[in-house]
Amino acid sequence: MSYKIAQIRLVSSHPEVYEPCDDSFALVDALLSDRNNLLELKPMLCMEVGCGSGYVITSLMLMLGEEANGAQFIATDINHHAIKVTQETMEAHGVYAELINTDIASGLENRLAGSVDLLVVNPPYVPTPEDEVGREGIASAWAGGENGRSVIDKILPVAEKLLSKRGWLYMVTLTANNPSQICRQMMKKGYASKIVVQRSTVEESLHIIKFWKDNDIEADTNDVITNSKAVPLGIVDSVRSQIQRLSFWGSCDINTTTN
Amino acid sequence: MRLLTHNMLSSNIKGVTKGFPLKIEVEKVVEKQVEINHDFLRNIFPKIDWKAFSDAARTMGYVELPEQAPDPSVLESDLDFLTKFHHALLELHLEEGALVCPETGRKFPVNKGIPNMLLHEDEV
Repeated sequence: MSYKIAQIRLVSSHPEVYEPCDDSFALVDALLSDRNNLLELKPMLCMEVGCGSGYVITSLMLMLGEEANGAQFIATDINHHAIKVTQETMEAHGVYAELINTDIASGLENRLAGSVDLLVVNPPYVPTPEDEVGREGIASAWAGGENGRSVIDKILPVAEKLLSKRGWLYMVTLTANNPSQICRQMMKKGYASKIVVQRSTVEESLHIIKFWKDNDIEADTNDVITNSKAVPLGIVDSVRSQIQRLSFWGSCDINTTTN
Repeated sequence: MRLLTHNMLSSNIKGVTKGFPLKIEVEKVVEKQVEINHDFLRNIFPKIDWKAFSDAARTMGYVELPEQAPDPSVLESDLDFLTKFHHALLELHLEEGALVCPETGRKFPVNKGIPNMLLHEDEV
């Protein structure tokens, strides 16, 4: 069964704004595959950090549609061109989200803490020299610093703060970001995780990871993750094996195309 | 920018302790009708800082809200209240103006309905 998502021809654009690409499509596919669960979650406040062209937040609003039952949507971007493009994309699709020109969720973190039921992030994940991080314009959409983790590592603590107890986070990562390490890090904060979509292209191997608060996982600041047979660790192990398998196939693809 | 968002925003400047609520400077207010959803209003009500909300609504020219936070029971029975709450929370938009930090006086501009919360280097 297919649901409504944003139409590419109605997505606005600007030379300084990242256009919908494989990562955006993979994130929307992940949300689509989880649509029924999302409706069951009945999110009240939904948010996207780094909305870019607006393709993802628009698709999210369209796919939930009237069944969203009055849920409100907020999106942020550090790039003011992206905010404008998102506004145009939403208008072209007849949907509305509150837009804020800010860095990650700066200005919202205090009052919105513990209130966001659904958070989606397609972060700048491309490994780059550290000095490319935080530049203006389109570079802010991809420049991720060392291992592509600079901005991701800033977003994760904010995400933890914003998410409600029942909140879900969907985030795009690349193999180079070391997603299994991200999952272990989040587990220490009490979050379970799973890969919702995995996709290899010639250039990159993408994973859309979903995080949710799991009461069976005790948040622990000490590094005690050594016993791979413990139940919560099984989740991370499964994520890790999926990732390893994926990177294996990914590298095979690259080998066959380059040889 | 809706008043729901105003209620969720605070000044993010380094050294500011609370930074909430941001004062509103109004240049232009617009109204956009949206369908009322009672469940959303009931769920969001406990998260709203009522004083900041009703003051903001007054600043925007809407004076129908009680100054003191009403008893949550009105959410169950009082349709007139729900309609007013809905209107002020989701239908009034600050289209042009500014949000002013209550501690430093720094202005965050709001243009075409978008608040700009980006900080200068020396404010981070």
